[in-house]
Amino acid sequence: MTILPFLVVAWIIAVGLYGLVTSRDLIHQIVCLIVVQSSTYVLLLGVGYVTGGVAPYFFDISPHAKAVDPVVQALALTDVVVEAAVTALLLSFAIQAHKRFGTLDPHELAPFKG
Amino acid sequence: MTPRQRRWLFAIAIAGFVACYLWAFAGLPGFGHYPGPYGPEILKRAVGETHATGVVSAVNFEYRAFDTVGEEFILFTAAAGMSVVLRRLRGESEHEPVQPPVDAARGRDLPATTSAVRFAALALIGPTAVIGWWLATHAQANPSGGFQGGVVLATSFMLLYLSGESITFRRLSPTTLLDAAEAMGAGGFAAVGLAAVAQGLPYLSNFLPLGHIPGAITSSGTIALISFLVGIEVASAFVLITGELLEQTLLVRQRKPEPEAARGGGG
Amino acid sequence: MRGAVLDVLQATVLVLVAAGATLVVRTRDRVRLVLVLSAYGMLLAILFFVFQAPDVTLSELTVGAVALPLILLLTIAKVRKPQ
Repeated sequence: MTILPFLVVAWIIAVGLYGLVTSRDLIHQIVCLIVVQSSTYVLLLGVGYVTGGVAPYFFDISPHAKAVDPVVQALALTDVVVEAAVTALLLSFAIQAHKRFGTLDPHELAPFKG
Repeated sequence: MTPRQRRWLFAIAIAGFVACYLWAFAGLPGFGHYPGPYGPEILKRAVGETHATGVVSAVNFEYRAFDTVGEEFILFTAAAGMSVVLRRLRGESEHEPVQPPVDAARGRDLPATTSAVRFAALALIGPTAVIGWWLATHAQANPSGGFQGGVVLATSFMLLYLSGESITFRRLSPTTLLDAAEAMGAGGFAAVGLAAVAQGLPYLSNFLPLGHIPGAITSSGTIALISFLVGIEVASAFVLITGELLEQTLLVRQRKPEPEAARGGGG
Repeated sequence: MRGAVLDVLQATVLVLVAAGATLVVRTRDRVRLVLVLSAYGMLLAILFFVFQAPDVTLSELTVGAVALPLILLLTIAKVRKPQ
């Protein structure tokens, strides 16, 4: 149990990268990138977890209760929202690629044309 | 390089990566035995120093506020970059004079939105907007904050589109207003930091007077203010992104009326 | 006792998340991919909730299950071959 989260993170990274490498569609590649990003959220929260700790909100409990680490939660929280916007930017590039080359197959997209 | 060779190369590389990764994690304390010292130190001091009971938001907007400014500018840049790319695409393909927005869905041979979806979406717009507003303004007490509240507010705009009223969505989200709101949110955050500098304190330190009741809006200083500004910025960024993509899809359908009208309403 | 139940719950949801990631990568059809991604986002939100992080749960739920699939669907509608 003590290394199961980290094994799961390694699996998600490997599976996401496999999808990225063997994909024939730019949209599918972008979704695989989303999956790889999600592994980092699991990693952050897995590192900061304290057994028997509660969520770090002391509205109705004593401030001295054992709580999980708040710093990694703050990092993961902003991460989730910001990566969605970056994914939207990647999608706009995919739209432009489709307009220029007419296809979204990464094997047929020529990056530099004369 | 054939796909098979690519797969074999990938298999070798990922095996090496996973081996190094597991070797690194074998040396850490196991899951659940977080050793600190940064986390427990913050937990000890946060409620007393900032009078905010939501420690995650206190970390986000006070202790690590500089990181949050950086993240917010990533968001701002991504939305701005997307606007630039998609507006340039739109400008290139507009050869005819700009037509007023028309319900281009009429006459398409796609199933119309069912009444159940439209009704549910319409009914949920109000509560979603209220919840998003509440989340964005109560960062210091509950599990809430500018980022989540902003996204929920943007979701209420998306519900407007899902309920079939895309014309209303486009009228309610003019790009000039969205650009201004987004810039105000991002610039406001930086300005709060500069206001602290103007008083001789380090950038982004908490200079407003702290109240007595932990968890109330006015008692945590700049945390509530910054969270509200972040909420406005995130909401406008997401509505801008959705609006830009919507312009693209509606533009495609507007340019091809002839073949669909010729085929009529057949399935 | 409470610790043991939470451990079992966390282990179950972790395994489900790993299975969900595999499913997302193996789906090739675009619209189906978006729906599976939305379900994966909800699974992740449950995982963050069981890890005692309600803030991250809120973020992931709204972003990963609602906003991101909508943006993806709009892009797919844009690049779809005209019928």
